This record gives sequence, structure tokens and C-alpha cells, in this order.
Amino acid sequence: MNVDKTKKIISKYGIYFVFIIMVIGMSLASPVFLTGRNLMNVIRQVSVIGMISLGVTLVIISKGIDLSSGSVLAVAAVVAASLGQRGNWHAKMFPNLPELPIIVPLLAALAIGLICGAINGTLIAKTGIPAFIATLGMMVSARGLALLYTDGRPVSSLTESYQYIGQGYILGIPVPVIIYLTMVLVTWVLLNHTKFGKNIYAIGGNIHAAEVSGVNVQRNLIKIYAYAGLLAGLAGMVLSARVNTGQPGMGVSYELDAIAATTIGGTSHSGGIGTIGGAFVGALILGVLNNGLNLLGVSAYWQQIIKGGIIVGAVIIDMRKNAKKK
Amino acid sequence: MTQQYLLEMRDITKVFPGVKALDNVEFKIKSGTVHSLMGENGAGKSTLMKILIGIHPPTNGKITYKNKEVVFENTNKALNMGISMIHQELSPVLHRTIMENIWLGREPVKGPLRLVDHKKMYNMTKELLKDLDLDIDPKEKMANLTVAKMQMIEIAKAVSYNSEVVIMDEPTSALTDREVEHLFRIIERLKNQGKAIIYISHKMDEIFRISDEITVLRDGQYIGTYLAQELDTNKLISLMVGRQLDEMFPKVECEIGDIRLEVKNLAVEGVFKDVSFILRKGEILGLAGLVGAGRTEVIETIFGMRNKTSGEVYIDGRKVKINSPEDAIKNKMALLTEDRRHTGIFPMLSVKDNTVIANINKYVKGNGLLDHKLIKGDCEKYKDAIRVKTPSIDQLIQNLSGGNQQKVLVARWLLTDPDILILDEPTRGIDVGAKAEIHSLISELAGQGKSIIMISSELPEVLGMSDRVMVMYDGRMTGIVDRKDASQEVIMKYATGSM
Ligand SMILES: Nc1ncnc2c1ncn2[C@@H]1O[C@H](COP(=O)(O)OP(=O)(O)OP(=O)(O)O)[C@@H](O)[C@H]1O
Ligand SMILES: [Mg+2]
Repeated sequence: MNVDKTKKIISKYGIYFVFIIMVIGMSLASPVFLTGRNLMNVIRQVSVIGMISLGVTLVIISKGIDLSSGSVLAVAAVVAASLGQRGNWHAKMFPNLPELPIIVPLLAALAIGLICGAINGTLIAKTGIPAFIATLGMMVSARGLALLYTDGRPVSSLTESYQYIGQGYILGIPVPVIIYLTMVLVTWVLLNHTKFGKNIYAIGGNIHAAEVSGVNVQRNLIKIYAYAGLLAGLAGMVLSARVNTGQPGMGVSYELDAIAATTIGGTSHSGGIGTIGGAFVGALILGVLNNGLNLLGVSAYWQQIIKGGIIVGAVIIDMRKNAKKK
Repeated sequence: MTQQYLLEMRDITKVFPGVKALDNVEFKIKSGTVHSLMGENGAGKSTLMKILIGIHPPTNGKITYKNKEVVFENTNKALNMGISMIHQELSPVLHRTIMENIWLGREPVKGPLRLVDHKKMYNMTKELLKDLDLDIDPKEKMANLTVAKMQMIEIAKAVSYNSEVVIMDEPTSALTDREVEHLFRIIERLKNQGKAIIYISHKMDEIFRISDEITVLRDGQYIGTYLAQELDTNKLISLMVGRQLDEMFPKVECEIGDIRLEVKNLAVEGVFKDVSFILRKGEILGLAGLVGAGRTEVIETIFGMRNKTSGEVYIDGRKVKINSPEDAIKNKMALLTEDRRHTGIFPMLSVKDNTVIANINKYVKGNGLLDHKLIKGDCEKYKDAIRVKTPSIDQLIQNLSGGNQQKVLVARWLLTDPDILILDEPTRGIDVGAKAEIHSLISELAGQGKSIIMISSELPEVLGMSDRVMVMYDGRMTGIVDRKDASQEVIMKYATGSM
């Protein structure tokens, strides 16, 4: 019985053990790894992908997919940047625009994310086209929009307060990390403690039964994708603030990293299964991997190859755990 | 009587995390006989059979087949050795054709490239279906079939393996009387060919009609194996239940009040037309008819799952617009659907989440968050009230036995405290004991002034429970019969359109 219980715990929290083992392994391999500074660095590096993957987790639990996050991030980044340039910069996008308070670009980034996501959701809910197609369309179009808006040029020289969002510290903790952890908490509450969260699991678990049980499937789908878009928008703001520029080519393939983080974290693509804790650890695993391999001096090409293997490996382990239960 | 056993299962024990599903169970069957496996919901019948065909490994125990000890690691192995099973829960590939479903994984091939030989597959299917008197086109898509037809295809598939042991786990729960007769003819034939048939059902009359032997399980314990002629319904029930059973149809006469629901000239183009009836407070309206008569479609339309072409619905004298189940629930309606898998359970979610989903609004606190304590309390209460057998409310519903899943769905709708409760085959797959419990629950609800519409293909249930019975035939309402005038004969006449 006791062996049984241990087995159960290991399979339920398997991904957390993998994470701990990775951390131990890395700290043995590199003395720098386990310093507070480096660990903070890891979280800061994953904060952008991590934020996106929170929204992607909700989407995947509902049995959908979102391929547009990277492009939506770019649109949000360039628009926010264009509203957050220094007053005295000679190459301003809107030369007559006064220096705006930080809340303006921030709200713009969020609004753009929200709108793009809502369009995704509406397309999926109202026309019934697969999420893959709807968000693929958005991925291509939003990238085009970002290029169109900036004419293909970077939008740089952002205000101090703008940069603070990406580079500042509060009590020694990087601001992006604070934003990320806050969103982890918010999303966790949303998924576990609200009606919306229960509806997401229901839709992913059995969409027909959800409908019969009085779940408004269409409205919830729109909300799910809108929330995912919102997080992509926020990520765009943070990223542009960190690199002090908004570029139309930002965030390429971030959607895939976010999906990878979510998947490593145990969210099932067959719907109805997934946790925010998993998404968080999934993102950290990717971060530790990048960081550790960098510290060990592994080439970027090899890093790619290893990452791919880890993603597939994680899913294999996860599937086996589910298969065993049957 | 000294005939050898074809198959013997001995000392079978199966432990799932938190549940001992089987405890030292024994089961033996001879060729050319029908052996029924009986027991309440969750007794372990399906589990025993899943062990036999290699879906679950037993925790302990031995299987001897044709005098050799065997271990089936997977279903394929069992199939190759001549053991096939019709599962309680169907899992057809909906978007493919009948023939592709039947030969899935063992398609006939031709040529050096081993391409699928569609022509041969078609002919083989045609022959198989003809042999079983099934008049269906092998190229028909699975999705276009009724649940009953799908079940018949599933039966055909099991027969097509030409197995020596055919396991049938509640094959008739989705069949109408006519198809049941058909199935029995098939069983008779298999028996004459010397096959062994293991039969699971909650319908007593079927059991006594076809069984040679009966093995009874209770709560995972082996109770005994009996010759069918040694037993009668009452004896069998007391073996299964281990206690005295309440009355089967505990209909309480209660005061019938004002009109609650009125449906006027409801129609859906091409499906049914001109359906009009009233339903009063405290009344149970039975809805009878053969499968395909349009009963389910009528109530799905009332519940907002289908768009009506014409007609009106009034609740408490007020005209209502119901375009979705959400609207229906807001108008205090509830619908227990007939297709548990498709529109009922969320397999990967817990019993708890499955129970509260339709009533989730009740648990939203002032701050927008859910009241988990209240959720837990309500779930525990209903779990005990209708005796759902599960180690905990956090168990995934897919790990419950079929009948217990059904009970959770009943709890889901009771929890919404509806004024109008629509039940589509509420006791499908539910054992005798639980059936009586659900019947008395329905009666009690009517006594509290709730209005109930109950569809059932079991005439005794309709007759036993209803104040009035509305009968449909071929998309039309053919009559509404009062309780005092209702009898099997009268209803069958309306249901076959001969009145
Ligand atoms: N995969 C599983 N994991 C955990 N428990 C299980 C699993 N499968 C079955 N059980 C449990 O084993 C017991 C027996 O279930 P089983 O499905 O064999 O019942 P049954 O006799 O077929 O009932 P029914 O008449 O309702 O179909 C039940 O308590 C059920 O909850
Ligand atoms: Mg069963």
C-alpha cells in the first residue's frame, strides 16, 4: 500500500521531481548555477515565455491551441513602444506626441493582446474552424500588422519608466519576475477558484456535455483566447521594455516555446487536463536547461536539439503515467 | 454434465488504488452455453471481464483456457486466442464507415504492397451483416447510425472474430425490444455453434430467458454460481443485493397542481411535428415510443439543444424563449440525457467536478471565487443519498462503474433544484437496487411539486411511474393516456401507429 502511494505521488508530481533533479545535476556540474543571482536570472529569462505559456495552458486545457502568441506579442510591443518613446528622440514614430505616462503604452499593449485573442476566440467559437487554423491566420496577419505599423523598422529610445518595467528591480527582485509571478498567481486563481476555470476544464473534457450542462461554450472560448492574447500583449510590453525597443520581428517562435513549456508541465493536448503549477515548472525547466547548457558552454545548436528531445521525452513520460492509470 | 470447462478463472483479485474491485472471484464456463454475470453497479463485472481479455492485469489469480494456463497481456492476444468482447461503453470511430470499423486493425490486404483490399472488405462485411440479418450498408458512416444500430454493429464485430468466447457487457442497454429479439436469435445461433457466451445485463427477464448458468458477484466478492433453473427473480435479486429490496415502483399518489409547462405545436422540420402537451406541478409525464419515434428530439428541442421550426413553450403561463441549455437551466429545467458518454460525463474530471458543473453559479461567492467547502459538502451529501460507489469524490469519474457514473449524472441535475426535470432513460445501466432508489427519488420529487418528464424504453417503468403517458410514433404524437387507462397493450398500439 505504501509503495503504491509513493508511486502515485511520484507519477502525479513527476515533473516537479524532474525539475529538482535537473537543479541538483546542474549545480553539481557548475558552481555558478546555484547562486541567487543566477537563479534570479533564470526566472527573469523565462518570464516572457512563462507569461505566454500561462494563457496557452488555458487554451490547451480547453482542447485548443494558440499559434499566434509570438506575433501578437510583436504587435503589442511595437504599438506600446511607439507610445512610450522619449520626448526628445529625433526619430520618433509620432514626432508631435508628447511623452506619455507609462499607463498609456501598458494599456495599449494589453488592449491589443486582448483584441487579437478575442478575434481568435470569436472565429473559433462562431465559425467552428479549428483553433489551429484560426490562430495560424492570426500568427501570419499579426506579424504583417507589426511590420506594416513600423514599416519594418525598430521603435527605440523608450522612456525611463517604460524601461523600468523590463529592467527595474523592486526589493532586489527584477520587475519582469514580479509581473510573471503575479500572473502565475492570478491565472492559478482563475483556473482553480472561479467558475470560468471549471468551465475551461469542462469544455476541454467533453464539449457536448459542457453545453448540455449549461456552460456557454462560445462565450467561454472567446474569453479563453482573449485571456491568452492579453498575456501575450503583456509579454510584449515586458520584452520591449527589457531590450529598450519594440521590433516587428520580435517573439518569432515564442508560441512554440510556450506550448513546449505547457506540454512539459503535463497539460494534455487531448483536453481537460493541466495545471498552472505544471506550466510554471515547465517554463522553469526550459529556463534551467538554457541557462545550464550556457554555463556549461554547450553550443546553441546543440541546445536546440536537446530541447526538442526533452519536449518529446516529457510527453512520453506523461502519457505513460496516464496509460498506467487505466 | 461432466463436460469440460472451456475457460476457468480462479482466485481472481484486482486492486485499484483505493478500491478492491475483485476479491478471490471464480468464474467458469462451458462451450455451447450462456453464462450470465450478475451483480449491482460496481460489483466488479466489467472489471472481471476486462481482466479476462487483457485490459487489466489481475493483482492475483489464474486463468485456464482450453486446459492451459494463459496470461493475456493485451486484448490482441485474447482476440487471437478466440476471446472477444462487446464493451459496455461503445467506442466507434465515428467518421469512418461501418466496414472500416469492423475490420479495424485487421483489414484484408492485397498485392505486394499490402494495400487495403476495399472490395474484399466490403464483401466480407456484406456477408457478415447478411448472415446476422442486419440490413445496413457497409459503406454507411458510423456517425449516421442510431445508438442502437451502432450497438448491433458492435455485436457484428464481436461475432466477426469467430471467437469461441464472446463477452457481452450490457449489450441491450441501448436496444429496443425488436433489436433485443434479434440479438437473442444471434446468441442462440452462436450457442448452437458451440460458442461460449458471457452475458452481463441488469434486465432480469433477459437473464432468465437466455442463461444456462448464473454467477453472482456482490461488492467484488464471489457469491456463487447457479443453474438458471434453480433461481427466480426474487432469489437472484436477494443474492445480488444481500438485503431486502424496497418496492420497485414506489409511486406516491400526490396532489397534482397548476400547469407548469405548456408546449404548443412544437415542430422541427423533418424530425417531428405538432407536439402539444401540458405538464402540471407534481406530475410525472411518461414519454413512450419506439426508438426513432422522436422522443429524445422533442425534449432536446424543449431544452434548447435543437432549433425548433415552429411552436411555443410556456412556463407558468409565461411564454419563454429557450435557445440553449443555458437558457433552459435559467428557467429551472434540467435534462438528464440518454447518451452518457457523448453528452454526459467529463471522463477526465473528478466525481466532484462532474457533479457541480451544471449548478456552478450557486457556488460563486461575492468575491467571484468558488466556495469549495460548500461544493464538497453538497457532493458528499448527494453521493451518500443515492449511494454512489466511489472511494472519494476526487476520484476521476472514468474510474467508476457505468451505473455509478449514471448516478453521478442524476446527482448533477438534482443539485440544480429544477422545477422541471426531464429524464431520458434515467435508469439505463442501473442495477435493480439503485433503480428502485431512483424511482423513489423521482416520486419524492414529484411529491414536492416538481414536474417530471420521463422517457423510458422499459414499459413497466413508464407504466409504474407515470401519471400520464404520452406516446409518439414516427415523429408524431399519437396519444396521451391516463394512468388508469394505461396498459402495455394500449401503449404499444399507439407506439406502433396502429391506433
Ligand atoms: N480503472 C479503474 N480505476 C479505479 N477503480 C476502478 C477502475 N475500474 C473500475 N474501478 C472500480 O472497480 C469497481 C468495479 O467496477 P466495474 O466496472 O467492474 O463494475 P460493474 O459490476 O461492471 O458495474 P456496472 O453494472 O455499473 O457496470 C467499482 O467500484 C469501480 O469504481
Ligand atoms: Mg460494468
